Amino acid sequence: MLKRLLAEVKEFKWVSILTPVCMIGEVIAEMVIPRLMARIVDDGINAHNMQVIISTGAVMIVVALIALLFGVLGGFFGAKASAGFARNLRKAMFDNIQTFSFANIDKFSTSGLVTRLTTDVTNIQNAYQMILRMAMRAPSSMIIAMVLSFTISARLSTIYLVAVIFLIFVAVFLMRRVTKYFRQVFEKYDALNESVQENVRAIRVVKAFVREDYEVSKFQKAAENIYQMFVKAEKNMTVVMPVMMGTVYTCILLISYFGARMIVSNALSTGDLMSLLTYCMNILMSLMMVSMVIVMITMSQASAKRIVEVMEEKSAITNPADPVYEVKDGSISFQKVSFSYHEGSEEHVLKEIDLEIASGQAIGIIGATGSAKTSLVNMISRLYDVSEGAVYVGGRDVRAYDLTTLRDAVSVGLQKNVLFSGTIYENLRWGDKNATEEACREAARLACADEFITQFPKGYETKIEQGGTNVSGGQKQRLCIARALLKKPKILILDDSTSAVDTATDARIRQAFKEKIPDTTKLIIAQRIASVMDLDKIIVMDDGRVNGFGTHAELMENNEIYRELYESQTSGARDFDEAS
Amino acid sequence: MAQENVKEVKMGRRGPMGPRPKVENPKLLLKRVMGYVFKYYGIHMVLVLCCIVISVFANLQGTLFMRTLIDSYITPMMGEANPDFAPLFGAIRRVAVVYAIGVAVSFLQQRLMIYVNQGTLKRMRNELFSKMEYLPVKYFDTHAHGDIMSVYTNDIDTLRQMVSQSVPQFFNSAITIVSILVSMLALNVPMTFLTLAMVAVMVFSASQATRVSGRNFVEQQRNLGSLNGFIEETMTGQKVVKVFNHEDESIETFDELNEALYQSAYKANAYANLMGPISMQLGNTSYVVCAMVGGLFALNGYLGFTVGALASFLTLNRNFNMPINQVTAQFNSIIMALAGAERIFRLMDEEPETDEGYVTLVNAREENGVLTETEERTGKWAWKHYHKATDTTDYVPLQGDVTFHGVDFGYTDDKMVLHDIVLHALPGQKIALVGSTGAGKTTITNLINRFYTIQDGKIRYDNINVNKIKTQDLRRSLGMVLQDTHLFTGTVKENIRYGNPDATDEEVIAAAKLANADKFIKRLPEGYDTMLTGDGANLSQGQRQLLAIARAAIADPPVLILDEATSSIDTRTERLVQEGMDHLMKGRTTFVIAHRLSTVKNADQILVMENGRIIEQGTHDELIALGKKYYQLYTGKTA
Repeated sequence: MLKRLLAEVKEFKWVSILTPVCMIGEVIAEMVIPRLMARIVDDGINAHNMQVIISTGAVMIVVALIALLFGVLGGFFGAKASAGFARNLRKAMFDNIQTFSFANIDKFSTSGLVTRLTTDVTNIQNAYQMILRMAMRAPSSMIIAMVLSFTISARLSTIYLVAVIFLIFVAVFLMRRVTKYFRQVFEKYDALNESVQENVRAIRVVKAFVREDYEVSKFQKAAENIYQMFVKAEKNMTVVMPVMMGTVYTCILLISYFGARMIVSNALSTGDLMSLLTYCMNILMSLMMVSMVIVMITMSQASAKRIVEVMEEKSAITNPADPVYEVKDGSISFQKVSFSYHEGSEEHVLKEIDLEIASGQAIGIIGATGSAKTSLVNMISRLYDVSEGAVYVGGRDVRAYDLTTLRDAVSVGLQKNVLFSGTIYENLRWGDKNATEEACREAARLACADEFITQFPKGYETKIEQGGTNVSGGQKQRLCIARALLKKPKILILDDSTSAVDTATDARIRQAFKEKIPDTTKLIIAQRIASVMDLDKIIVMDDGRVNGFGTHAELMENNEIYRELYESQTSGARDFDEAS
Repeated sequence: MAQENVKEVKMGRRGPMGPRPKVENPKLLLKRVMGYVFKYYGIHMVLVLCCIVISVFANLQGTLFMRTLIDSYITPMMGEANPDFAPLFGAIRRVAVVYAIGVAVSFLQQRLMIYVNQGTLKRMRNELFSKMEYLPVKYFDTHAHGDIMSVYTNDIDTLRQMVSQSVPQFFNSAITIVSILVSMLALNVPMTFLTLAMVAVMVFSASQATRVSGRNFVEQQRNLGSLNGFIEETMTGQKVVKVFNHEDESIETFDELNEALYQSAYKANAYANLMGPISMQLGNTSYVVCAMVGGLFALNGYLGFTVGALASFLTLNRNFNMPINQVTAQFNSIIMALAGAERIFRLMDEEPETDEGYVTLVNAREENGVLTETEERTGKWAWKHYHKATDTTDYVPLQGDVTFHGVDFGYTDDKMVLHDIVLHALPGQKIALVGSTGAGKTTITNLINRFYTIQDGKIRYDNINVNKIKTQDLRRSLGMVLQDTHLFTGTVKENIRYGNPDATDEEVIAAAKLANADKFIKRLPEGYDTMLTGDGANLSQGQRQLLAIARAAIADPPVLILDEATSSIDTRTERLVQEGMDHLMKGRTTFVIAHRLSTVKNADQILVMENGRIIEQGTHDELIALGKKYYQLYTGKTA
């Protein structure tokens, strides 16, 4: 996992290496400083030698400048490396997401992908900078301080060694205990926030049923629970600081006492004692830094895992080795096609489908929700791959085509369709980048969209808001159809794409298809029987199987499901609103 | 999935390293936050402050001990042939006691802070939530849900940091600074001023770096925002991107935004990283300068400055820099947390739903044609109406008679969406509202249950102005089934019982049967005890709607408001839903937002709406005969 992550450092490898190098430089310079301070005290102040004070002071300032230089460079390199690493991670994920097939997209939720691309990357960026700047710095600072202490007085320095080992043990012990508690707490905490979100979303229901008091008492119970757990977890944490302080103080006292004895017996100088005490602080601060880095790493582990998951996700659908770049015509053939969304699952969504559709035909598809209408058409443009059997378009297996070629030839209006922020022209040109304004308008006219677009003050230059919130449902659907038409596809699939369009307009769109694009094979999924009854042929889907395939008259004659649907919808259960 | 949702909201407004936001009135806010803390944890806080003072002094005592150690023990003993270490040991023991007190006190402080901190947060959460539940629906219309959520997550989190860490550390550092300053002054006045001068340089250069980095942080947040927006939009439409082979274009745009974010993130962090080394090395420089000047003093015996004093002074000088840096850092994070506190208080300060109603709904019993109030559930309800002028109380039977008199309404005062609405629904009648999206159908129903308050006109319920009825009692007498159903985390049974908390299991099942939901519930893995999570994500839309109908059925209200299903559920389930609704409507006054001809046809009154007005009103036959909009809608032909 780490290897995959670090592969994205790429051009920031050198700054990534230079950062810890600079940090070590800074540490060395900083470690020299206490020695110089000691010399100022011993050889200068205590020896009453002003010359030494000035010369050593000058050296110390130079060393401080060197430390400053390294520190500043390290800061810059670290920032560059981590920001760059974050950029590369985002790019790697995004690029890979663009290769995802529908099956891959289904696996990750939208909000999940957004979190991975933003929050998770930011976590890694912070952790990476921390590691570059601290992971080397803190241990090396500790080691150098330790070594220098030993050169001053090996006997006194053993005190540090014992203290450090003691603290490491305490830290490891506590960390184990506390992480367990905190994991539990955060799970509960997430659940609490989830319930807040639920209330915000469903506030009308709460109010309509006058359940405010109930919700409040439910919430307070949960909040009390969390309070208790937090208190318990944090109580464990409160031991850390006092133990730390106690250790530092003990060290200081021991060093002071034994140091004083050594000074008296001339085995140590006053300056030495002061440097030793400075190193004491250094060692313990570094220890704290190390534990912080460890916490940081554990915290970012989850993020790292989530990022790598996206980067390593292999697209379920890839281009064939020797792809075909031309789709001959719009004929479609299903041969013994079975399909399931989960690999190896026995439960098939599509079951042994056999269908023959000639190029240029207009086909309706009807059936209850869950009868696999959408799954059926998804096979045609290879949004999913069949589990068994094969789908042929233009006489060839869809798996033989270049994906772009296939999808340019098969235009799909998805059930959950979206528009993007930008002008209407920009949205339409998703279908064809180089479409002229006239071509765009022509497509819009076909989809009966021109009539309302021209009503907008800015016409085709009208800005569509994110998610298409500033157009009505029916308008949105018509824009999506126009966009799909601009591809000039050999096969046009509309998956419930006119559900919000009123009946009359719906009929006009179908009429336009018949007149203007007679050579295009049209597949229209609909809930309303009126939307399909005058098409060339109609497929009746039921529970993953083709229950009937024929003209309206034929189906009325011999298909029970179809007849039932027809009767229920014409005897006054028709759609009513949205006629505008 | 559930966790991802929460996360998504968390990052809603700003990343973890947000810029320093502007806060309107930091002093007032700080006072309010601290006032909040002190109100409930005053004694705790006083104790904490005492602890801080004691531990600072303990620490300082140790630092000053250096001087005593060198001047009073080491130096005199150096000349002796047979030094006696007993006094030194005694001194060390005394300091050890001081240190021990320091440690104990800091432990106590941390323990106390847990209660202060977590307790305050619990109170704030509870207060926020109970406040939120009683806010008018309008509040939720006008505030992004992500923003409301972020108050509970981001803002509470930063506040937790502030209360538990920043504030105590700020005090700690401030007291340390003052005590060190006093000690330094006691040792040598001119040297102290020298140190202060160096500190001034340090603070100045650090603030310069903060300024540049802060500017870039703002830029980074903006870039992060636009990248976020782009990702969100692209991910939502990822399937469309695939279908249109639009991958390359998406990557291109992404690269641009990504690069901009990188540039600003790099600069912001680089400048932020400057601060540490700068203050550290300026601190060292300050040390050297003090050593030189102090050496000059000590060696020449100016002002009685001893070598031991100089050593102590230099230690103080070193210890002085750290709290100064901390104060600046804490100051920043406190300001940051105050921005969060501002949002928390803003939510707490929102005006709750107004309810000046005094007419209440009570159980009633009818004896000899006279209604009397009773405690027990009789199944019969009455409005208890107290008349102030005459000091009498009326009991009006609950029937479900609803009238609108010249009602005007707008979500904001300057833009009316309903104009001069007049209608009269008799008890038990079915009123169908038809018209295109945005015509104002839903708005009318939202006025009956007082989700919104009208600007002009009157709405009467059983001939009582709804403004006079206690909002909660009014809503209790109304049942609602909304088109987009929301369910709650809990079992199926609990969800149905949402409509009537006192309902028995039998009543729950009866309601489910009435709503045609019983069949599918029985097929669920655990039947009525199946857990629903994530807004009933494990159910189909039709099933969720059936549950919503059952939920309304169990409340057994005299007036119903139904928003019919649209085309997105399949015909079979829809028929089930339709039947469920039909069962429910029997004997109740029903307002139905109709999408199906079958519903409309047998309605007692049909209201055709357009642009916030009722343009046609009557029965099916009357409106067909009229041959206008309704005829057009019904036949799909232009008249």
